[in-house]
Amino acid sequence: MTGVLVFCESKDGNLIKVSREALTVGRQLAGASGGDLAAFGQPGVEVDAGRYGAKTLFAAALPQYNTEIDAAAMKAAVDQMQPAIVLFGGTANGRDLAPRLAARLGVGVASDVDRLEWNEGKLRARRPVYSGKAFAIVDVTGMPAMATTRMNAFPAEESGGGAAAVVQIAVPAVEPKAKVVETKTPEAGELSIVEADIIVSGGRGLKEAANFSLIRDLAHALGGAVGASRATVDAGWIDHQHQVGQTGRVVSPNLYIAVGISGAIQHLAGMASSRHIVAINKDPEAPIFRVADFGVVGDLFQVVPALTAEVRRVKGQ
Amino acid sequence: MNSIVFIAQVPDTEARIKIAPDGRHIDESGLKFIVSPFDEYALEAAIRLREAKQGEVTVVGFGPDRVAQALRECLARGATKALHVKGDVFAADSLGIARVLAAAAKSLPHDVLLFGKQGVGTDNSLVGPMVAEILGYPQINIVTQFEIGEGTITAHREIEGAEEIIEASLPAIVTAQKGLNEPRYASLKGIMAAKKIAIDTKTPADLGLQDSDIYNQRVTVAALELPKEKSGGRKIDGSDAAAAAKEIARYIREEAKAL
Repeated sequence: MTGVLVFCESKDGNLIKVSREALTVGRQLAGASGGDLAAFGQPGVEVDAGRYGAKTLFAAALPQYNTEIDAAAMKAAVDQMQPAIVLFGGTANGRDLAPRLAARLGVGVASDVDRLEWNEGKLRARRPVYSGKAFAIVDVTGMPAMATTRMNAFPAEESGGGAAAVVQIAVPAVEPKAKVVETKTPEAGELSIVEADIIVSGGRGLKEAANFSLIRDLAHALGGAVGASRATVDAGWIDHQHQVGQTGRVVSPNLYIAVGISGAIQHLAGMASSRHIVAINKDPEAPIFRVADFGVVGDLFQVVPALTAEVRRVKGQ
Repeated sequence: MNSIVFIAQVPDTEARIKIAPDGRHIDESGLKFIVSPFDEYALEAAIRLREAKQGEVTVVGFGPDRVAQALRECLARGATKALHVKGDVFAADSLGIARVLAAAAKSLPHDVLLFGKQGVGTDNSLVGPMVAEILGYPQINIVTQFEIGEGTITAHREIEGAEEIIEASLPAIVTAQKGLNEPRYASLKGIMAAKKIAIDTKTPADLGLQDSDIYNQRVTVAALELPKEKSGGRKIDGSDAAAAAKEIARYIREEAKAL
């Protein structure tokens, strides 16, 4: 068994970012372990997949993600290719499918990894545990070894490769026990914190729900997503999908701006691995300043609107 | 309508994590353990189902003696039965744990199998779907709302930036997300009533499993590491908001290269 197979998702015929990230790290693993890179995805993504180094696209014309159908189709691709490693971009779907397929094949999965290497014939991964309070270095043995990659944790780099050769995978004749009957996009166009390169988060310092508009304005000016502390979510100021931290999402964007967030241990665990951290807080002793690269001790109601205006000015908005 | 709620007992989310001398486990000394927060939403959903449609709410935990405490807490909140499968949870990987829980499920009446969307701690999010595969059941992950119909479940599943409404046949696996409900606290009456319920104790062997089913790990922890301590960065006075805003913007532009 050699090579790397990557479960890829696409939107409007283009691979989504985390699929490109998974292909990029998959290409490195394929090189290190001596094998080829292949993608599993929709027909039509062979050019995009090839651009990130896939030699082969196992193409299954599946209308919409479905656990049971995708598991059967992925299993068919695995049976045909016999890869040493199978990767999934860490979306809700990738993380839904990986354990289902792993249990079917009797193999192991490392979830939500932010580093991967081929180490003496084994897949070695680093994954945050205790919501980022620690990292586990894990070895995945058995074939194929599986992992889901954390969004934003790996770069997406093109390889300059041509279109992948298409191998058709028949749509499995599975009557699924669970089916999507409707998809709702409540906040159209709003960026999810797990996908964002920039997150602006608000905490209790905002004093009331309406003041989240300050956070939204700055996030929109920067082209980022809106995050929130647990206290604000529990108070009902904002939906839990925005929550950063131990009972929310662990994020590692390029830029994290914490506004009026004191920095409880559960919150710090969820954002401390961000590459650049700015904190704005009136309390100079707030724990958030311990992880901030750039701290401003001041009144958020003055500083944030001024920053939003400055960002707009620089961007010429 | 019978539910099973599978719980993980995890370190208190407020706890600092220390690494044990072996470098592969956390140091449990002085740690307070709690029912994993996402499991609380699963339990609350099961208790509400029972309130509406009768039946049993069985809580199941796999692990060392201390897991009994977590099960007792669930009984106090309203679970009606508890099963403690005793074993070395740290010597099992997710698939090993899933095999134990699937075997436990087979020994209990059930229509809905509930999990938290992840155990807060190991944060794998693997066991629920693995149990679904082993039992051949449908799975609905990251659920914020659900309703039970005639032999069916309709659930709202959270995906990136959207929500899917999924219909599945029962029995089905549901993993609970924050927002599913507001978990209740144990009442004094509940705590007293829970004391009268005996926690059933089994070993994996009692469930027909062999050690090789559980403890042949496909994923092993080679080491645990703590994140690097940050030294703390620059801190400026923001009393002149306009000047501070310019400084932040410069940092964002020059160092984060995000502007």
